[in-house]
Amino acid sequence: MRKIFLLPARFWMALFFAAPLAIVCAYSFLTRGDYGGVELPWVLENFTRLADPLYLAILWRSVWIASLATVFCALLGFPLALFISRAGRRKNLYLQLVLLPFWTSFLIRTYAWIFILRDTGLVNTVLMRLHLIAAPLQLLYNDGAVLLGLVYNFLPFFVLPMYATLERLDPALLEAAADLGARPFATLRRVILPVSAPGLVAGSVLVFIPCLGAYLTPDLLGGGKSVMLGNLVQNQFTTARDWPFGSAASLALMLASALLLAGLMRSRIARELM
Amino acid sequence: MDPMQPVLELRRIVRDYPGHRAVDHVSLALEPGEFYSLLGPSGCGKTTTLRIVGGFERPDAGDVLLAGAIVNELKPWQRDVSTVFQNYALFPHLSALGNVEFGLRERGVPGRRDRALRALDLVRLADKRDRRPAQLSGGEKQRVALARSLVLEPKLLLLDEPLAALDPALRKQMRAELKAMQRKTGITFLFVTHDQEEALSMSDKVAVMNRGAIEQFGTPEEVYLRPATRFVAGFLGAINWFGQAGVRPESTRLAREKPEGLPCRRAAVESSLFLGNCVHVNAALDDGGRAIAEIPREQNHFREGEIVWMHWDPAAELRFE
Amino acid sequence: MKGRALGIYAGMAIAFLHAPLAILVAFSFNSGRFTVWQGFSLHWYRAAMLDPQLSEGLINSVVIALFASVISTVIGTMAAYGIWRRSAPVLSGTLYLSLVTPEIVTGVSLLALFEWAFRFLHLQLGLYTVVIAHVAFSIAYVTIVISARLRGYDRTLEEAAMDLGASQWRAFSRVTLPAIAPAIAAAGLLALVVSFDDYVITSLVAGVDSETLPMVIYAMARRGVSPVVNAVSALIVVAFGAIVLISQRLQAR
Repeated sequence: MRKIFLLPARFWMALFFAAPLAIVCAYSFLTRGDYGGVELPWVLENFTRLADPLYLAILWRSVWIASLATVFCALLGFPLALFISRAGRRKNLYLQLVLLPFWTSFLIRTYAWIFILRDTGLVNTVLMRLHLIAAPLQLLYNDGAVLLGLVYNFLPFFVLPMYATLERLDPALLEAAADLGARPFATLRRVILPVSAPGLVAGSVLVFIPCLGAYLTPDLLGGGKSVMLGNLVQNQFTTARDWPFGSAASLALMLASALLLAGLMRSRIARELM
Repeated sequence: MDPMQPVLELRRIVRDYPGHRAVDHVSLALEPGEFYSLLGPSGCGKTTTLRIVGGFERPDAGDVLLAGAIVNELKPWQRDVSTVFQNYALFPHLSALGNVEFGLRERGVPGRRDRALRALDLVRLADKRDRRPAQLSGGEKQRVALARSLVLEPKLLLLDEPLAALDPALRKQMRAELKAMQRKTGITFLFVTHDQEEALSMSDKVAVMNRGAIEQFGTPEEVYLRPATRFVAGFLGAINWFGQAGVRPESTRLAREKPEGLPCRRAAVESSLFLGNCVHVNAALDDGGRAIAEIPREQNHFREGEIVWMHWDPAAELRFE
Repeated sequence: MKGRALGIYAGMAIAFLHAPLAILVAFSFNSGRFTVWQGFSLHWYRAAMLDPQLSEGLINSVVIALFASVISTVIGTMAAYGIWRRSAPVLSGTLYLSLVTPEIVTGVSLLALFEWAFRFLHLQLGLYTVVIAHVAFSIAYVTIVISARLRGYDRTLEEAAMDLGASQWRAFSRVTLPAIAPAIAAAGLLALVVSFDDYVITSLVAGVDSETLPMVIYAMARRGVSPVVNAVSALIVVAFGAIVLISQRLQAR
């Protein structure tokens, strides 16, 4: 009886999630065909190619931008989560305010930054009207714009788990710290941060994973100049039509995401948050 | 410093919350080295008063003086007092030793490891110094919290219902331990509780609070035997009201014959409760009120429904304006 | 903590989250084409309504979202119930994995699957491939929302129903299903939004004649900024906001 309930999900996930991944897995060991298809023989070349300086640079850039985005999300999100967790009856209102933009279209949220940052966008228009600059600043199509977009898009992923741990932090602990001689900053460093570390780690992982595999944000805000792993995969499957190499890159990306998630789920942190 | 200068002095403290006054002109002076209790029902303002002393809340009016100096503006970390919180508020990420060291480290005290170990030794937890709070029992957490505060050698230790979370047997044992600890360290304790037995058994002096004000401040004997107000009389034990006179159950006697020359009232026995060493006889008075007489077990030869005389020694009468 | 400073900082963070969308919506009412306010106008909304590509994209997106959300809600509800009865670690793990798999990877792997299958079947990419893909990534969302509701649901209620003579199926359909109905509706709305919003996976598995609204918007955004996109965005933002608020109300019930 119970098996019947699980059957449709098992079927769909096997056929349209696991099987596609298995195909990509197989392709990653095959050779690129003359017309963009895949052919035998089985090779490891696709993976060794990932170690080419050209692709290593993309890999490194992805990790670097995702790390920076995570750090900025933490810097922005930790005080925000702390504030919401102390907001008493208005907690839910503030939480909604954080989540609402997140639930509006991802594409549109990214487009909004194009509208603001482009040469004739809001920022440049205002600055030029104020005669602060003579020519528009190049705000779009660089790493900074990608970073901004990622932080903007994934900030709620950090705030939610962070809030969940801070909300359970007993206010008496803060009073106890003050009572024992700790000033606010010492309380933050010696009590709040260590006690809420699980939320900090969980939030960081939950931001890092989607940033590492981001495609749309670097595509729209980086304008081809700021290539990340996601763009590499897309490029290999469409323009370059080198499916075996694209598959190898996908697999690397997938593996990194899965390992990070598995690490998070197996740790004490997951148990505390769920 | 004047040795008899009060450790703590409260001068007409007021604290208002939206809609009601939590603390209403409370004045109090505590001598060094004594054990004090702040006793009252929940919502009487005793915890708020304690939090004002600890620096967690500010008085809206009045002054808080520690060792003669006004400390109204000082933050908790600037005050030479320490608090044992109701649920202990132990830092979950630190060991027992880490918790005890916390304040020493914050104050930059040298040789903090030794001092912390000695404090843990004092509460007999030296062998559990590496345990996290989650691995300690309720009584052990309580003792870590105590050690964490005592190690700082504050002038005044504030205890906010620290025994409330313990089971009854442990609570009685901890009473004796707390009292002994106070005597040993010579630190002034200010103990907040709603349990009159706790307050009476441990304290040198008790301040009884009601509706934000102190109704009486005196030794346990004074507040119990000579309560200043009806509230104090009723809160510190059962009391029978015979018109304007209040009489404690243990001073109330029963007789079949009308006693000569003593104040007395007719009553009908309703039930009797066997309490081991004594018996509580509940009776209905002829004016519709009720009264209890606490009598020795062997004297309980009264039956339910029997009409008896309740009488008492006029000297045991408690009278209020 | 320094309460005031923290409040100001948090306020700025919340403003950061809302300002871009607010600006986007505000300028959708600008009569001029440029980022300078030239007066209120609904001109761009009219232009959006009359744009054939946008209308076609909208119709495709609505059709896809309706199919995908209904199918994934049914499958996800059944899965959540099955998992609630007794844990199914492989399925749960797969669902979590599908949530963290980068969209681009999900997209290219589905593309690889379809192209491989088309060698044997005489089919090509179309709307249905998009629906299949959307269901595949929506099941996890649905299952999580409904599992959250079931976690607070008393197991003994079903046992009581069976004790009173209901079959297991009737215990589920007459007792449990009504109890979790608000969560199912919430999950369905969520799936609707998630499907309607997707660009990355859709763009890879959609047939040439099945452009969705996000694909049209993407193409417009790529070509350069047009206030028409602002107008469409404003409509989507408002519609999504309303749907999500309803969904959250339902979840809180």
